[in-house]
Amino acid sequence: MRRLTLFTVLMIAAIVLGACAQPSAAPTQAPQVTKAPVAEKVTISLAGSTTVQPLAEKLAGEYMKANQNVMIDVKGGGSGVGVKSAVDGTAMIGMASRALSTEEKTANPDLIATVIARDGIALIVNPDVNVEGVTLDQARDMFMGKITNWKELGGDDQMIVLVSREEGSGTRTAFQEMVMKKDKDGKENLISDTAILQSSNGAILTTVSSTPYSLGYLSMGYLDNSVKALKINDVAATEENAANGAYSVVRPLNFLTRGQPAGDAKAFIDWILSDAGQTIVKADGYIAAK
Amino acid sequence: MKTMRQDRFIVDRGIKYILLVFALISIIILFLIGLFIFRQSLPALRTIPLSDIFLKTEWRPTMDRFGILAMIVGSVMVTIGALLLGVPLAIGCAILLAEVAPRPVQEFLRPAVQLLGGIPSVIFGLFGMVVLVPLVRQIKVAGNTGFGLLSASIVLAIMILPTITTIAEDAIRAVPQGFRNGSLALGATKWQTITQVVLPSARSGIVAAIILGVGRALGETMAMIMVIGNSVIMPKPLNGNPFTIWLRQARTLTGSIATEINYAAPTHESMLFVIGVVLFILIMIVNVIARSIIRSRKH
Repeated sequence: MRRLTLFTVLMIAAIVLGACAQPSAAPTQAPQVTKAPVAEKVTISLAGSTTVQPLAEKLAGEYMKANQNVMIDVKGGGSGVGVKSAVDGTAMIGMASRALSTEEKTANPDLIATVIARDGIALIVNPDVNVEGVTLDQARDMFMGKITNWKELGGDDQMIVLVSREEGSGTRTAFQEMVMKKDKDGKENLISDTAILQSSNGAILTTVSSTPYSLGYLSMGYLDNSVKALKINDVAATEENAANGAYSVVRPLNFLTRGQPAGDAKAFIDWILSDAGQTIVKADGYIAAK
Repeated sequence: MKTMRQDRFIVDRGIKYILLVFALISIIILFLIGLFIFRQSLPALRTIPLSDIFLKTEWRPTMDRFGILAMIVGSVMVTIGALLLGVPLAIGCAILLAEVAPRPVQEFLRPAVQLLGGIPSVIFGLFGMVVLVPLVRQIKVAGNTGFGLLSASIVLAIMILPTITTIAEDAIRAVPQGFRNGSLALGATKWQTITQVVLPSARSGIVAAIILGVGRALGETMAMIMVIGNSVIMPKPLNGNPFTIWLRQARTLTGSIATEINYAAPTHESMLFVIGVVLFILIMIVNVIARSIIRSRKH
């Protein structure tokens, strides 16, 4: 009996101590984290667009190699997260794969966008599609649902399966601006609402490569052999063509800062815009910022 | 002797208060989440008329059109589809486990079904995307992409199976043995006993199981995003055959929040919280119904 009581008391003591220890554990842990990059070390944090993320990680890796005291932390989340984290300061640099919207500009007039690279958007189809290229207008009509069958473009008699990104995605916003555009009355030409929506470049690639007669679009950096990129206005979707201006569907990749970049963030951005940084940008399949 | 009794008394009281604190914490968390979601949804509720939100089907946040009716219909349809496929399977499974199967089979089947409930939903989604979607695409109907309500319903049916089976089995087991003995003694066969005595007696428990399954289905997100196609459209048949409606893509309420929250600009973001409020209310209604049915069974 006595032993049982003792056991219970010990159990409770353990629980209570455990509960008490938790809040005190947090403060002891926190300094460890901030102390890790010792006194002279600096941390630069980035967050935002998943299109910019792989490039930013590559650049960060090279920059950290050259500057041992710098820690760069790159997080994804999407262009919206990039804008938000630059505004509220959760990241020193926000990443966005589109231009800032007017709503965002008016709400945060001190937000500065620096173009660090440019990226082409490729029209991709499942390899079974025997159409090699389209005009920009045909691309628009396909995504509006005006052209619904590949035979209208000289291909097989099969329905076009549209695959698009979700509302608000930087890639979709850029595609809307550069391919869909507006009609004569200034109204936006809408992407057909019957399109299958996927929420990342990777998911678009998987869906288009596995769905017969499908058509989608994605960042040129993600292109691989599982899909076929269509020529637009007879120009192949290659980095070379995008860089020399022949391929027209190209968008800016932005680093966002509150106010002009300063301190460590400025040093990092300046390095990216230098020849050393831009060489990496090009080597990674993106187009130089110019 | 006396002091020892007092010790025990203190321990008992101590445990009681600690447990009370734990219970209160979970209630406070629930309350805070509710408060937070509601507060975040206020900006949208103030600026957009309710009729535009709940009665319109056009969802184009970048152009300030915020109709969520198509998503509500999408969520409801995929839930109905999952129930049509999943409930007979789950009830059959529960009957087998509670009434028919010999003990060794039970010992093997029950953990297997429960394990199904422990598989992360993204795995179901992956299975759906890689296996089910190409299978559904084999149905030769123009416009059928494989992504849509049918694939989503099948995935969801598998996912709600463990929930319904486990609770329905408990309900069937709770039927007093005397009922079965009486029925068998009157000359009824085992099957007659199950369908005409046991199942009717366990009815309220089975209904509660199904309703909890509904709650699970409404809340499912990741697996749905991967197989349902995510287009915000009112589902309608692909051709003259009304059944082809199940081959249409759709969007669920939860799917909208998950796919768009990362990109959302202010009003759009607030609107996603409105969807959160709608889900919160739907799930609460479903749970209240389930509770009241379970409670009425006890009286």
